[in-house]
Amino acid sequence: MNAITPIDKGASVALGAPIDVTIENVQKAFGDTPALHGVSLDVKAGELVALLGPSGSGKTTLLRILAGLDAPTAGRVLFGGDDALGLSVQDRNVGFVFQHYALFRHMTVFDNIAFGLTVRPRGERPPKAEIRKRVLHLLDLVQLSGLDKRYPSQLSGGQRQRVALARALAIEPRVLLLDEPFGALDAQVRKDLRRWLREIHDQTGHTTFFVTHDQEEALELADRVVVMSKGRIEQVGTPDEIYDAPASPFVFEFIGESSFLPVTVVDGAVQLDGQPLDLAALGAPSGTATLGFRPHDVSIVPDGGPAITGTIVTERRHGGARRLELEVGPDKHRVEIDMAVDHTRLPGGQVAFRPHRWRVFPR
Amino acid sequence: MSDGAFTTARLPGAAAIRFRPVTMERRRVRVGLILISLAFLGLFLVLPVVAVFVEAFRGGMPAFAEAIFEPDAAAAIRLTLLVAAISVPCNLVFGLAASWAIAKFDFKGKSLLNTLIDLPFSVSPVIAGLIYILMFGSQSLLGPWLKSEGIQVIFAVPGIVLATIFVTFPFVARELIPLMEEQGRGDEEAALSLGASGFQVFFRVTLPNVKWALLYGVLLCNARAMGEFGAVSVVSGHIRGLTNTMPLHVEILYNEYNFAAAFAVASLLALLALFTLVVKSVLEWRYADEIAATRRH
Repeated sequence: MNAITPIDKGASVALGAPIDVTIENVQKAFGDTPALHGVSLDVKAGELVALLGPSGSGKTTLLRILAGLDAPTAGRVLFGGDDALGLSVQDRNVGFVFQHYALFRHMTVFDNIAFGLTVRPRGERPPKAEIRKRVLHLLDLVQLSGLDKRYPSQLSGGQRQRVALARALAIEPRVLLLDEPFGALDAQVRKDLRRWLREIHDQTGHTTFFVTHDQEEALELADRVVVMSKGRIEQVGTPDEIYDAPASPFVFEFIGESSFLPVTVVDGAVQLDGQPLDLAALGAPSGTATLGFRPHDVSIVPDGGPAITGTIVTERRHGGARRLELEVGPDKHRVEIDMAVDHTRLPGGQVAFRPHRWRVFPR
Repeated sequence: MSDGAFTTARLPGAAAIRFRPVTMERRRVRVGLILISLAFLGLFLVLPVVAVFVEAFRGGMPAFAEAIFEPDAAAAIRLTLLVAAISVPCNLVFGLAASWAIAKFDFKGKSLLNTLIDLPFSVSPVIAGLIYILMFGSQSLLGPWLKSEGIQVIFAVPGIVLATIFVTFPFVARELIPLMEEQGRGDEEAALSLGASGFQVFFRVTLPNVKWALLYGVLLCNARAMGEFGAVSVVSGHIRGLTNTMPLHVEILYNEYNFAAAFAVASLLALLALFTLVVKSVLEWRYADEIAATRRH
C-alpha cells in the first residue's frame, strides 16, 4: 500500500455547489419491526456528519433512505429544499460508498471510476477524453495514480476503498454517503484513511454523512456527531459537546470509557449511600440519579475528605495509566478508575477518589 | 520438505522423537483412499467410455461413417441438435430469471420456488414424460382442442422439447443461485447509485459477475439436453427418422442387434460429454484468475 501523504492543495474536483439536507420525522419499519422512530435532522451544506451508534441503532437504514436504496414508511427528506424522496436512486445524484467496497470486480480501476459517467444517456455523457481526464484526476486525488489498469482483486483493502470513493466522487454527487467506509480495514490503515478522508472533504466540500460504530472515528472526523440508539437520535452535537456534555447515560457510555454509580441528589448536591461527596448535581432535581464519570477524570483523595471509597478487585495496565476495578458500597457496584502507573496497589486494598469531571443523570 | 508424514527431531539427551502432523492421515491411508477412487473411476467410468469407442470403430472407419450418415441416424442427430437449440436457450432465460429472483429479492414463496427448481432432479424422467402425455395426450383435457386445431404435441417435436426443458431446467439455476447469493446486492446498489438504469445494471454488472457460472450451467444443461433418454422416450413415440433423438436411436439399433451402428452413434454422445469436460477444464485453466475474482472479491 502506498503511504498516505497530504493531498496536493492545488488539485480540485469539479463540483456542484454543496446543498443542505433536511430530514423530517423519518420513520421506517421492516414488516412489524420498527427501525427508525421519527428521526429529524438538519445538516448544513458542506457539513461532515457522523451517524454513530451500535448495530441495530438505525444509522445504516437512515443512510440508505438518504440514498434512495430504501424508502421510509413516513417522513420527508429534502435536498437543498427540494423533496428527494420522489426521486429514484439514479436521479438522486448521491455518492454512496459501501463497507465492502462493492467495486465491479470484472472492471479495471479505471472502468470502475468511469462507470457513473459512461452509463449516462448519450446526450449527457462527457466525451471520452473528458472522462479519461476526470478519472485520472480522481485517481490522483485518491493517490492511486498508475493503478488504473489493475483489477480490484489486485488491490489492498485500503486501496479498494479509495477507488470506491473516487467512483462515488466521479458523478459529482450532491451528497456523499459513506456506510462504515473503514469498517473492513485494519486499525492502522483505518487511522490513515480517516485523516485522508477529512482532507478530501475539506477540499471537495460535499455535504457528507458517514455511518460508523467507532466513536473515536466519529469524534475525530466529523463536524457534528449524531448519536443514535434503537432507531432514535439520542444527541446531536459537535465532538466536544458529545464528549463533554453527553445528554444521556447511553451517550455517556457509548462515547468513551465510563463508570456509573447510583446516587441521590439532595438540595443540588450528590450523596452516595447517604454520605455527601461534595459534587454539584449540575441541575439534576432532587431524588435518585446516576453519577457518571470517565476513569481518567478522577483524583485520588489521600486525606479522608469527601470521597468515593472502593475495594480493589483487579488492577491492570491500560495504555499510559494503571486501571483499577473497584467495588463500591454495600451493593458492590463495579467502577473503573485510572491511576498513575507508578502507583502500585494490591487487590483487596482500599482506594478513595473523587471525579473532577462528572455528569448527573436523573433516574 | 519431507513428504509430510514424519519428521525426526533429536533433543539433547533424549531419543529421537517422531512427530506426525496431527491433521494428516497416515501415508497408507492416503494412498489407499487415492487408489480406491482411481480404481472406482477406472472401472465404472473410463473403461466403459473406452469400450464405447472400441466397439464403435470395430468395423473400421467406413462402417462408422455409414452408421452415422445413414438417413435415420442423420435425422436423429438433427433432431437432437434442434431440441438442444430450443431447450437450452429457454432454460438459460428461465435459470437467469429464477436465480436473480431468488438471490436478489425477498418474496413470499421464495423457498418453495427454490425447492421446485430441484424437482426434476428428484423426479424420475419417465414421470416427467408421463406428465406431458397426461397434459397434452389425446385422453387429456387439452387433447381434443389440440387435435381440432391440428397441433400435435405428443409423439412430435414439441413434446420432446417440453420433456427436455423439464428435465434440464435446474442446471443453469443451480449453478447461478449460490454464486449470486454470495455476491449479494451490493454491486447492483452501487451501480444504481451511480445512475445506471435497470438494463445497464443487468448487462454491465450482474451478467458479467456470473458469466462463467452461466457458461458452466449452459454446458451442463446442453450435455443433459442432448443425452436425455427417459422423459423423451415416453413422449417421442419412436418414429424413425421423425421423432427419434440420438439416445433413442442408439437404443433401437441396439435392440436390433446392430451393435456397431449403436456404438457409433453412442460414441458421438460420449464425444459430446468429453468435449463438455474439456471446454470446462480449459475455461477453468485459462480464466482461473477471473473466475476466482468473480467468486471472491
